[in-house]
Amino acid sequence: MVFMQNVRKVYESSNTVALDNVSLTIEDGEFVFLVGPSGSGKTTLMKLITGEVRPTSGKVVVNDFDMGTIKRRKLPKMRRTLGVVFQDYRLIENMNVYDNVAFAMRVVGAPNSEIRTRVPYILELVGLEGREKRMPGELSGGEQQRVGIARALVNSPRMIVADEPTGNLDPARSLELMLLLEKINEMGTTVVVVTHEKELVNAFSKRVITIDCGEKTGDSSEGGYYGI
Amino acid sequence: MRLGYLIREGFRSITTHGFMSFATVAVIVACLIIMGSVSLLSLNIDRLIKDLEAQNEIVVFVDESIGDENAARDLQRNIEAVDNVASAEFVSRTQAMDSFMGKYDASLMEGIDEDVFRHRFIIHLNDIAYMSQTKTELEAIRGVAKVNAHLDYAQNFVMIRNVVSVVSLVLIVMLVFVSFFIMSNTIKLATFGRREEIAIMKMVGATNGFIRLPFVVEGLVLGMMGGSIAFVAEWGLYNLISGRLVGSITGSLLDVIPFREYALPVFVIYMGVGILVGAFGGVNAIKNYLKV
Ligand SMILES: Nc1ncnc2c1ncn2[C@@H]1O[C@H](COP(=O)(O)OP(=O)(O)OP(=O)(O)O)[C@@H](O)[C@H]1O
Ligand SMILES: [Mg+2]
Repeated sequence: MVFMQNVRKVYESSNTVALDNVSLTIEDGEFVFLVGPSGSGKTTLMKLITGEVRPTSGKVVVNDFDMGTIKRRKLPKMRRTLGVVFQDYRLIENMNVYDNVAFAMRVVGAPNSEIRTRVPYILELVGLEGREKRMPGELSGGEQQRVGIARALVNSPRMIVADEPTGNLDPARSLELMLLLEKINEMGTTVVVVTHEKELVNAFSKRVITIDCGEKTGDSSEGGYYGI
Repeated sequence: MRLGYLIREGFRSITTHGFMSFATVAVIVACLIIMGSVSLLSLNIDRLIKDLEAQNEIVVFVDESIGDENAARDLQRNIEAVDNVASAEFVSRTQAMDSFMGKYDASLMEGIDEDVFRHRFIIHLNDIAYMSQTKTELEAIRGVAKVNAHLDYAQNFVMIRNVVSVVSLVLIVMLVFVSFFIMSNTIKLATFGRREEIAIMKMVGATNGFIRLPFVVEGLVLGMMGGSIAFVAEWGLYNLISGRLVGSITGSLLDVIPFREYALPVFVIYMGVGILVGAFGGVNAIKNYLKV
């Protein structure tokens, strides 16, 4: 769940107003596309959700944590309620597929027995069964991103946030991946996806939030991305 | 299980980052050996000077009024009561004359009465830096006629000793700083390739303590490896060089301290420095990546 009210984010270093007066609510269980031209502030909005940046003013609440005032010490606890997917996958090159996913459980201190049952289950869910021993370099882009999604999903987060997860994939692979995210959403996880791909967005009838020049310019619950 | 994971992780990263681990250990070894060698050299010089100092003796002559040998011997207690007197050896005038005659032609002694030679004490000091003070105190003892001491000689020795300890202290302090600088940079370089890994850990909600621990374990292991390798190498090097020195300089003029005498402190210090540098280096190196 995300709640934003009159959020403003200014990057002091570049003197840029990345977001201005943004208000929105994303309920648990929703699937939301976040769209907008380059430099409009989409990544900034995602970073407000993950706690990588803090709002200059306004209120940001994510999964019941107030992101404007959250203590550094509390961030790990907050982040365990989130699964983050990156455009460039960000897999650990010298770990195989299994360990890349198990790693996310180990670093939050999950017991071994749980890791041994959970990781194969998730790998099967994202369609990677039989690839456990492969290294990231031995996978296609689409497969690597599935590992990224498996890693985001393995700790059972309340919400998955993905910033251009299909940015490096061809249209067919992109569609497959989006279908996977839809499936995950149907299983109960909130999903927020940033994307540029108009056709892809229009292929699903999901809620679409549009951002332009740091301001929210559209929020349609029945899909459709008619921007530039 | 958590502990097992951390320790396994620490060791895993050592093997997967083989070259950087090797470089870190190599730098620790090199720095420790340079520091250790300078320290051992200065200890040896210090010992050498102390040996030479020990040969620097004070002679206390007993007043002629105390002719009786036993009465003269009684002064021993008063002399030894003086601070800074390490030992006092009584030499009777008969002994003194015998040794004098042994050194010089007996004909010189013709007609010289043995009474001319006074009873005396040969005295060694704990610290020749306080020689003049001790001399005054000895002269104040009743029954002491005269005290012979080479004051200027003593001052030179004390000066040399001070110069050696100041120079080696400055050198060691400089080396410690240089080593810390090199080591923390090497470890920084070693962890540079892992900032991605750390960023992912932060994103999935690992705590800083949890992220730090494998690096601490890794630093500890590398530090201990560096410490023990440096110890063995120092031992070999020391024996090699001291063997060459003693072999090439004939006579026992040069008396090198056997390594055994310093083996334990060297080992403890090497391990301690290795562990400290390793652990703090590991923590320090990833400090910046933890801020996200
Ligand atoms: N760390 C930063 N420091 C300073 N300025 C930044 C920083 N990150 C982003 N900006 C600026 O803030 C504005 C919004 O950037 P943001 O990355 O949110 O855009 P975006 O919508 O994700 O763009 P894209 O579609 O190209 O990824 C841009 O003008 C950018 O230059
Ligand atoms: Mg972006």
